[in-house]
Amino acid sequence: MKFAVVVFPGSNSDYDAFYAASRVVGEQAELVWHKDADLKGADAVILPGGFAHGDYLRTGAIARFSPIMGAVTAFADRGGPVLGICNGFQVLLEAGLLPGAMVRNDRIKFVSQLVPVRVEQTDTPFTAACAPQQVLQLPIAHGEGNYYAPPGVLDDIEANRQVVFRYTSPAGEPGADWNPNGSLNNIAGICNRRRNVVGLMPHPERAAELPLGSVDGRVVLASVVKALAAVSR
Amino acid sequence: MKARVYVTLKPSVFDPQGSVVAGALQSLGYADVKDVRQGKFFEVELADADPATAKQRVTEMADKLLANPVIESYRVEVLQ
Amino acid sequence: MTVIDSTVLDRHGIKPDEYERIQQLMGREPNLLELGLFSVMWSEHCSYKSSRVHLKTLPTTGPRVVQGPGENAGAVDIGDGLCAVFKIESHNHPSFIEPYQGAATGVGGIIRDIFTMGARPIALLNALRFGSLDTALARRIFEGVVAGIGGYGNSIGIPTVGGEIVFDEMYSGNPLVNVLCLGIAHRSDIIKGAAKGTGNPVYYVGARTGRDGIHGATMASAEFDETSAEKRPAVQVGDPFMEKLLMEACLEVMKTGAVVGIQDMGAAGFTCSTSEMGSRGGVGMTVDVTHVPQRETGMIPYEIMLSESQERMLLVVERGREHEVEAVFEKWDLHAVQVGEVTEGARLKIHERGELVADVPNRALTDEAPVYHRPMTEPSWQKQVQQLSLSDLGAAPSAQMTFERLLAVSTIASKRWAYRQFDHSVGTNTIAQPGASAAVVRVKGTTRALAISVDGNGRFCYLDPYQGAMLAVAEAARNVACAGGEPIGATNNLNFGNPERPEIMWQIGAAVRGIGDACRALNAPITGGNVSLYNETEGRAIFPTPVLGVVGILEDASRTVTRTFKSDGAPVVLLGDNSGELGGSEYLATMHQTVAGRPPALDLQREAALQTLIVTLIRDGLVESAHDCSEGGLAITLAECTFDTGWAAGAGAEAGGLGVTAEVPVLADHGAFSTNAALFGESASRIVISVASRHVAAVMAAAKAAGVPARQIGRVGGRRIQLTVNGQTAVDSLVAHAELVWATAIENKMRRAPGAAS
Repeated sequence: MKFAVVVFPGSNSDYDAFYAASRVVGEQAELVWHKDADLKGADAVILPGGFAHGDYLRTGAIARFSPIMGAVTAFADRGGPVLGICNGFQVLLEAGLLPGAMVRNDRIKFVSQLVPVRVEQTDTPFTAACAPQQVLQLPIAHGEGNYYAPPGVLDDIEANRQVVFRYTSPAGEPGADWNPNGSLNNIAGICNRRRNVVGLMPHPERAAELPLGSVDGRVVLASVVKALAAVSR
Repeated sequence: MKARVYVTLKPSVFDPQGSVVAGALQSLGYADVKDVRQGKFFEVELADADPATAKQRVTEMADKLLANPVIESYRVEVLQ
Repeated sequence: MTVIDSTVLDRHGIKPDEYERIQQLMGREPNLLELGLFSVMWSEHCSYKSSRVHLKTLPTTGPRVVQGPGENAGAVDIGDGLCAVFKIESHNHPSFIEPYQGAATGVGGIIRDIFTMGARPIALLNALRFGSLDTALARRIFEGVVAGIGGYGNSIGIPTVGGEIVFDEMYSGNPLVNVLCLGIAHRSDIIKGAAKGTGNPVYYVGARTGRDGIHGATMASAEFDETSAEKRPAVQVGDPFMEKLLMEACLEVMKTGAVVGIQDMGAAGFTCSTSEMGSRGGVGMTVDVTHVPQRETGMIPYEIMLSESQERMLLVVERGREHEVEAVFEKWDLHAVQVGEVTEGARLKIHERGELVADVPNRALTDEAPVYHRPMTEPSWQKQVQQLSLSDLGAAPSAQMTFERLLAVSTIASKRWAYRQFDHSVGTNTIAQPGASAAVVRVKGTTRALAISVDGNGRFCYLDPYQGAMLAVAEAARNVACAGGEPIGATNNLNFGNPERPEIMWQIGAAVRGIGDACRALNAPITGGNVSLYNETEGRAIFPTPVLGVVGILEDASRTVTRTFKSDGAPVVLLGDNSGELGGSEYLATMHQTVAGRPPALDLQREAALQTLIVTLIRDGLVESAHDCSEGGLAITLAECTFDTGWAAGAGAEAGGLGVTAEVPVLADHGAFSTNAALFGESASRIVISVASRHVAAVMAAAKAAGVPARQIGRVGGRRIQLTVNGQTAVDSLVAHAELVWATAIENKMRRAPGAAS
């Protein structure tokens, strides 16, 4: 299969995602410039971390006007798997491909550390290879990862099982102590109703090799390989 | 012609920066500070247009880019 | 036309004899613009006029050195046709005036130096000094500097992987912000900042020029006084997004082969880049400031030439290939503008709307800048502060109380409050993160890794600048060695007071000698660096603070070790002698409010033997953990080996790792202070390792063969830190408790900061 990793001018984890998909997971991967209008025949799309257009206005606010986003939206509408990591998640929110919005971390400061994240749903293309309730150790590195959705929307998201990742203790227990940024309901990642578009603040691509401190992130990229193989079978 | 756009977080959305500023003001002795909400302010310079058109254009800009309707509300002012 | 009188000269920081020399070099009186060019290029910041004669004595060559001092950054060969390109640079003065922007633009500046060489930056480290966190001013500066470093580095996506932070009231009015950046380049891709080829076009690309930082370089060379706060407009504002675009575009444009030379516009901006590039290439340059993109209206040539607006580059392009270069910049939405061309004759000619407004020999601004052999006198107080009589200190405090006090001292305590604000995982190369003795980053596409450490001990240098500087080199190299890295190059940042004072100049001279001697002995040639002088407020200088950055190489990245104890029951071995020297120690400062004595002795041959030994042991897979002894001595070192946090720790992760039981050897009799000296003394050349039982004999034999003292002092295990001296319990703490004290000390202090998070 082939991953497309979108490169916005201020993306800074584009190559990391490319490297993890191609060198670690071992699939084809191609970097796609944001001014391009097509996804080069990719089977899955990754919107990587970074500061897409400097993000001085709001994170991800300008990226949604990049030409490539038309192709990403069409791809998602056809049911194609799209993963937004960190800034990519913020872009998906601003583009309306996922519900809700990001605000500043509750403790204001940028937070960079390894956190335990529990997999809530395994019926998305990016969690298909996870065990239910599996706890992954993944790094976060963001200043605006405080997930917010208006009350009614939040209820819907929970009711539709759209919360895919949640910050918990290493043993998988939820609680305010384990919430690094103030996100409502400890939400670390969500999917759309159709379940093919997933966004998360933690960086699975940075936790795919042992020397880097965790290999738990590899399953996120490996899941989509498994999910696509299941579809084509 | 100039227009001003004030963007603020909706009252239901927690404003961490505002609350830190409030805490700082209180610690500086301004005990009467009850709350602070932080927002954004834009000054948009437009090619000449009549005020009504200007207001309509800038409102569109605020909707499309300057504010995120999920968390923010905005107010547009056109200056003569 | 402005008459150049003593007031004008004063405002430009030019001394009467310097003005004489300018007139000689020019063959006439300069106009005001030309005077401005001289004032920035001859400032201490750009010309190193006070330090140059000393810096020339440093060792700068070695088998791996590809580029030594004099370029934008140094480079060393790391095999497979690759080079590590690195340099350290200070942004001390701007960080005092505006902590966030000062630190942010410091990060931006050193990153530009690295990618200008054709290297992709992959790691940032910083060496920071602040006043005591018990003062609101120091908390505000610390908070702003940390946020500024994060704000810039995190955005551009270069991980901040390590560093060191020291707090002492000597830095309260002069914080130090020294940033090291390291990048990787193919040796064949390294490009230099030299202009060549008459008729080749000169391009300007990047942010537009505004009035920011005019006279910043001169400001950085003047002592602070009460009016400094009013100089605020001289501080530049950074734009990390612009820098990201510039970095990507420049690295891409260099691949075309159409770039002849490139340099960033840092201090002294357009003036420095045009004159230095011309001077290095032995050519001239003619530019017209009218073509320079401007952010403000009504700017005069003087302002354009002296502006220090950030994120700007100057390129010399091969004639006929302009379109290739322009196309790459357009792709990144940057507009490259031709502002001039390379000329014959080594003059810098500046035009405005075609009219010549300045005409200066390049070399007059650069190589012909004054070089001072400033007078040096040993300070009258030097011998006196080296006197230390322990018996005058009163009663010796209990070891247990001292241990817990030291764990919470800001300089020793965990810096996670700061490091959590730095993205250290972006780039997926970071193997050992902030908080480790040395940062370790892998080199993708190879089996290798680089270990990097920055160190300096101002207290030691105050007591003896020669000895203190040697100790700084030794510690940085030792930290690198403790991660398994064999030192291959070094960069230095000299932070001192006013060089016009003979006693400060004496400190500089002694420190540079110390750096030279230690770098020679430890095979770490200096490939570049930075000098920051006039770090004084109202006549009071900082501690003399040379900061050393050492880069080491590991052939097999997977062999690296961290300081944390790994397995229950593993013997703990001390390499080196526990001599119990207390001079200049954190113990004296914290427990006795005393900064006195002689810094620890250092035998460079023994230090070299120790470092070679630890690198070999790690390469051979014989040790499980390694940690050098520094501030707080052996007791703090052993405690840190039991702490399990590192970067990985999330909320509530102060659970603690494996404990340790050890008998701390006493090699010197200090009477009532013998126990504290053994536990908290800061003797050099010591490393604590833990070793699997089956490897102990091999380790002891290797140490003996290397002539390095080695003693098994205890074992890993349990949940307590239990240290005995002469068989008597001296320290007994739960790891979890000790780690909590250590891990939360700084955040507890920062809670008191106005504007700080709760």
